[in-house]
Amino acid sequence: MDWITTVDHKKIAVLYLWAGGFFFGIGGLEAILIRIQLIKPMNTFLDAQTFNELITMHGTTMIFLGVMPIIFALMNAVIPLQIGARDVAFPFLNALGFWTFLFGGLLLNLSWIMGGAPDAGWTAYTPLSSADYSATHGVDFYTIGLQIAGLGTLIGGINFLATIITMRAPGMSFMRMPMFAWATFITSAIILFAFPAITVGLVLLTFDRILGANFFDVAGGGNPVLWQHIFWIFGHPEVYILILPAFGIISEVIPTFSRKRLFGYSSMVFATILIAFLGFMVWAHHMFTTGLGPVANALFSVSTMLIAVPTGIKIFNWLFTMWGGQVRFTSANLFAVGFIPTFTMGGVTGVMLASAPADFQFHDTYFVVAHFHYVIVGGLVLGLFSGLHYWWPKMFGRMLSETLGKWTFWTFIIGFHMTFFVQHFLGLMGMQRRVFTYLPNQDFDLLNLISTIGAGLMGVGMIIFLLNVFLTSRKPADAGNDPWEDGRTLEWTIPSPPPEYNFKQTPLVRGLDAFWKEKTAGHKAMTPSEPVGSIHMPSATPLPFVMSVGIFIAGLGFMFSRDEFGSAVMSFLFNNYIVTALGLLITFGSMLLRSLYDDHGWHIEPEELEGS
Amino acid sequence: MMKMWQAGKRLLPMTAALGLILAGCGREDLSVLRPQGPEAETSFGLMKLAITIMIVVLLIVFGIAAYVLVRYRRKPGQNEIPEQVEGSFKLEVLWTVIPLILVVVLAVPTVKAVFAAGDDHSGDANAVKVKVTGHQYWWEFEYTDYGITTAQDLVIPVGKDIAFELSTKDVLHSFWVPSLSGKIDTNPDGTTNRFSFSAPNEGVYRGKCAELCGPSHGFMEFKVKSVSEAAFEEWIASMKAPAVLPEDPALAEKFRSACLTCHAVGDQGIAGAGPDLTGIGSRESVAGILLNDDTREDGAPIEENLKTWLHDPESVKPGNLMPDPKEELGLTDEEIDGIAEYLAGYTLN
Ligand code: HEM
Ligand SMILES: [Cu+2]
Repeated sequence: MDWITTVDHKKIAVLYLWAGGFFFGIGGLEAILIRIQLIKPMNTFLDAQTFNELITMHGTTMIFLGVMPIIFALMNAVIPLQIGARDVAFPFLNALGFWTFLFGGLLLNLSWIMGGAPDAGWTAYTPLSSADYSATHGVDFYTIGLQIAGLGTLIGGINFLATIITMRAPGMSFMRMPMFAWATFITSAIILFAFPAITVGLVLLTFDRILGANFFDVAGGGNPVLWQHIFWIFGHPEVYILILPAFGIISEVIPTFSRKRLFGYSSMVFATILIAFLGFMVWAHHMFTTGLGPVANALFSVSTMLIAVPTGIKIFNWLFTMWGGQVRFTSANLFAVGFIPTFTMGGVTGVMLASAPADFQFHDTYFVVAHFHYVIVGGLVLGLFSGLHYWWPKMFGRMLSETLGKWTFWTFIIGFHMTFFVQHFLGLMGMQRRVFTYLPNQDFDLLNLISTIGAGLMGVGMIIFLLNVFLTSRKPADAGNDPWEDGRTLEWTIPSPPPEYNFKQTPLVRGLDAFWKEKTAGHKAMTPSEPVGSIHMPSATPLPFVMSVGIFIAGLGFMFSRDEFGSAVMSFLFNNYIVTALGLLITFGSMLLRSLYDDHGWHIEPEELEGS
Repeated sequence: MMKMWQAGKRLLPMTAALGLILAGCGREDLSVLRPQGPEAETSFGLMKLAITIMIVVLLIVFGIAAYVLVRYRRKPGQNEIPEQVEGSFKLEVLWTVIPLILVVVLAVPTVKAVFAAGDDHSGDANAVKVKVTGHQYWWEFEYTDYGITTAQDLVIPVGKDIAFELSTKDVLHSFWVPSLSGKIDTNPDGTTNRFSFSAPNEGVYRGKCAELCGPSHGFMEFKVKSVSEAAFEEWIASMKAPAVLPEDPALAEKFRSACLTCHAVGDQGIAGAGPDLTGIGSRESVAGILLNDDTREDGAPIEENLKTWLHDPESVKPGNLMPDPKEELGLTDEEIDGIAEYLAGYTLN
């Protein structure tokens, strides 16, 4: 109950982490099934339809429901602490964002048990995703589930923007902000501009499918290429939404474990902004073979290649952060150090893909599968692992086992390269992606076998990590404020896990790496910027949860509004949009309640603070 | 500008070495790395240039990383605080400018090749014009100048430019012959694409569909058969000959009523609902994937392949749109075998 009503950013972080971990597990199982099917030519382990559902759900789940919430978990856990705030700007919205994400994700995954998962790829290109060619409710689960989950992401993004803009501790100018906070800030800005595009796209597709509209149907005056534009105008920035937080994490971990400040801080900030900006300019590089013509192809080729420049700046700055430092190989740092070459490999294949005439060959092959997994798994997932090992003691007050952490790292990264390195060659040798099987004697067999074995090894790495989490949860919570001893930023100045109010007194920030600065000046703690006083806290409330349940019901109701049911009562309820209306009523009712009932929250008084 | 080209030229020996290594990868009739025509050659050239640049970049990054990790690992007892370096304007400019130069080295030939690939050959009197239509899960090829249509096997005269006009009858597909050229999508009418390639050598090349199009997407293959000019003319002529129907009149009637409502042979039947069957006995494959080559272990005689297909099309290509001959078209096993035998014998000279 406590968990359902909480509005505390630290608890919401934990909720995001468990939910994200849950969906990541589902996506991982899907991946393993896919790889088992592809272990040999003409395998009959899965049938073609199931396979297409698995790749669609794997991609969709991993991107929207697996890694995004884990990113949000880390942001929630860390950002307010890093900027010296007591909470996020809108705690109520924060909870609402989580619950809509969760119910959207659950709705999407209900498709497995309610008559067919989406099967048109995570990109859902029309006409394959239209009602004519994808007749089950699968794609409806996709459009409506993602719509609801996306609402949560958008809310979360806006919340972080507001938090970072308004709630930094005194003295923390933008140019003194930790890189992870910068990454979160820019990521949230991308979310703000990119998610409305997919929202519109999903609405149009839903209307095409459920209400018989013709936005993407040529016969009705629509255009399927329009969907590709809308999807990628969202979809390309989306990959930067994923990777920038990883950059942020790496920029925290490497300085800490090199005992040096980040090399070229201001160029890092500049590069992050530039990447975000260019990220919006390059969507059509996913569409070189669509037939946009040479002018568009040339422009998008060159603008895409330009992203290599700020990315290169980042990579060399990380390397030179370690230069002259004292590098410690903790698990967190192993993941960060492993990230650099692995991500670079994904980056260079990205530049190769940017060359349109070469992409005519790469596109929709396993080369592309290899590329984006190098970026997403070799980049983002390694980054997340690094961040989780790094901040785990802060979040839970317990240190993860270093031994198990190192085992996780080695099995995972070896498995990773085994799985995906060979896929570059599969693609170049003529294997298209999204094929449920392949004919023998095409020289594909051995490399696919290696790839599947590698995937198994990555699975082992994941299990070791889960084991680590489980064993750690049984240890006493005895981590100190600054368990890595070389913490540089504000989160390491307060207890692990932090008290509900984070900072008893808001700290005064006197430079970049505020805590490190105080430490080198011989201080043990931050100088406060205010006297100890009464702290205002928001009240817990079940309303965000209830509102999300309402949206969930409305979504289901709308989706089945055209169906015939065995029972007349059911048909009546659904076909007249009564279920939909009921769901919306719950949501809007809760909103009304929230605005009518004035809740001023509560206060923690100085006497109580002294006790702790 | 000049300097850049020199940098590019210095990469050439490595590019050549790389080409040799990569050329060992995959089948000649299928691999991107073993280009068999000028269009694939262009893509491959850009790939080699890009890979070379990228390997250089990777070597630098790996080198620095390895050095740093060995040289600067924290040693026991090392407790003094390292100098907190702000950054270095010179170094940072260096690694902004170098990637920029590398990008330009790659961008210039890229842009050239993009515009070359965009040339429209459809007005070229010398080019053979072919309309490609994608269907779930088969390929239709219409030779507009000659008034003939075929399916699954695209027969082309060696060395000549083929000017394609591509579209789809249902969902999106993508037309790809890796060893001859990059892919291009087939969009619905109204967003028709054009492109062209040529095959300087005679041979059979494997083509694939590269855009997810439903359950049998992975099986939506086709063959490109590059033949001498004379053989091509002969093929055209025999494709135009009147249809050959089964000798047995009863079987011919069955064939007409059960099969020709979707398929065509010569001047008979319906065009475009199912693959054209004219001269199917001379094709490289049945349904694009059952290879008619009994000298190979993954092939079988064409008659056997036809029987496999006709006895259960669904199990060969899941989700395909052909009705089951026995269950839905009411043919007996003997009739099916008879039709298979007839089709296997329906060859072109
Ligand atoms: C255990 C690790 C993973 C393995 C073994 C794996 C494997 C695969 C395979 C075999 C495919 C199908 C390729 C195709 O035929 O198109 C695929 C697709 C995909 N994967 Fe992964 N994957 C893993 C993790 C991830 C993660 C962590 C993400 C993202 C965060 C991800 C994102 C995607 C996406 C977006 C697709 C494309 C789906 C589509 O075609 O619609 N994967 N993966
Ligand atoms: Cu296809």
